[in-house]
Amino acid sequence: MNDVEIHSRTQSGRVHAAGVAIKDLRKSYGSNEVLKGISLDVAPGEVVCLIGPSGSGKSTLLRCVNLLEQPNEGSIHVGGFDATDADVDIDKMRRKVGMVFQQFNLFPHLNALRNCTIAQTKVLKRPQAEADKIARANLERVGLGHLADRFPDQLSGGQQQRVAIARALSMDPELMLFDEPTSALDPETVGDVLSVMRNLAKEGMTMLVVTHEMGFAREVADRVVFMDGGVVVEEGVAEQVIGSPTQGRTKEFLRRVLDPTHIEIAE
Amino acid sequence: MAMTARQRARVSLYVQAGIFVVAVAALILATDWKTLTTNVFNFGKIGPMFPDIFFSGLKNTLIYTFLGFIVGLSGGLLLALMKLSSFPLYRWIATGYIEFFRGIPALLVFIAFGYGVPLAFGVQWNVAVVVMVSLGMVAAAYIAETLRAGLQAVPKGQTEAARSLGMPQWRAMVTIVIPQAFRIVLPPLTNEVILLTKDSSLIYVLGLTAAQYELTKFGRDGISSLGAGLTPLLVAGAFYLVVTIPLSLLARKFESRSARTKR
Repeated sequence: MNDVEIHSRTQSGRVHAAGVAIKDLRKSYGSNEVLKGISLDVAPGEVVCLIGPSGSGKSTLLRCVNLLEQPNEGSIHVGGFDATDADVDIDKMRRKVGMVFQQFNLFPHLNALRNCTIAQTKVLKRPQAEADKIARANLERVGLGHLADRFPDQLSGGQQQRVAIARALSMDPELMLFDEPTSALDPETVGDVLSVMRNLAKEGMTMLVVTHEMGFAREVADRVVFMDGGVVVEEGVAEQVIGSPTQGRTKEFLRRVLDPTHIEIAE
Repeated sequence: MAMTARQRARVSLYVQAGIFVVAVAALILATDWKTLTTNVFNFGKIGPMFPDIFFSGLKNTLIYTFLGFIVGLSGGLLLALMKLSSFPLYRWIATGYIEFFRGIPALLVFIAFGYGVPLAFGVQWNVAVVVMVSLGMVAAAYIAETLRAGLQAVPKGQTEAARSLGMPQWRAMVTIVIPQAFRIVLPPLTNEVILLTKDSSLIYVLGLTAAQYELTKFGRDGISSLGAGLTPLLVAGAFYLVVTIPLSLLARKFESRSARTKR
């Protein structure tokens, strides 16, 4: 896996990380309440993994943080921004928040390099040459410097997801959101993406990760949050929540996920 | 004697071929060849149509089509965006416009702008302007529906990814969604151009000067001046095919290309 050795950060040295503070967050679709009063703090530089059964609201919570979903009640502070303030400059806030999707969502009409430069030039108004340099450094960082000219349909799922991470990193985010980043991948490419994420965590990036990769959560996360039915059931250091959960629902979930016939540990 | 399925199929084929041969023979025998070659296929007399058919007929058809397409494309894009707007008034206006112009004959629109505008406002538009506006407004209604389908075919995740990178809604639309939508609608849009090429002939309802003749009018003019019957119209028809068949092939090429890759 030499291919994904991460090179030291080329532009600004260490990551400038932001924290997140979520308080009493509620979100409903019609009469269906998906988030029933969630409070969660993420310190700058902290890595928090959100785990839980599908439909537990973890993706919705993540999407509320950069306002892809509009919460109904409660507050979210990201870096210096009050996300739930009606007057917040959404676009300015989102520049600080990188988002990685389950389905990658690369722009299919642009090659890997342009995927990483388009928002730099159009949003941050960086000159093309500077944007190119930053994009190449970030593609290098995810181990794909040699595939900068490829279009998304010429890349494997794992490569596409790493380009998506490089695209987000090119905006110099202070917080990265990952929405099940490995769930749509072939098993053999999962490890490459996870190792990119692991290195990002080491560099001090604040990360909020929705994942089913318990091995990754255990190894990389500072804290694990178990959600079920729109509430936080249990949270704590990874070893404790995954290793010796106290709540019945957490135990039940982990028993099913960690069932030996399903186990997938990258290392 | 019973026949097998294969024997029956062969006999049926012979019978069909026989009917075809008899029909063609009857047609040939019944045809008055002398009249036909004088009035329809009298290619000996069409010399005077050249080279003006290129510099007046074909040229004007292409110009009128192009003008109509430019108005149709910009109007269609605007209408498509209005139709997808979250603001109800825009949606209603766009829906009303599209239903109206798709529901009435294009000929009526040409008459309205060719004769109605001078009656109502006392100004006589240039012929090119009448074509541009009439053809463009009708085309906009059809193109709007095509573009709307294309815009909706771009996955929602594309907008979400663009917005997550800090792009405002309009920027995500212009930089990410519209370029992909255009790739999707290139084949139907090319077919739209073919329809416009043919509909540009509707300007015949206005009195045109010779320099303004497009292909159909040019052909009709040939009928009265050349004494070759309908022959000039056949020539004009052939010139339409020279334009539309390559466009049709182009549309097919776009189609197979977009089937191969999403780029």
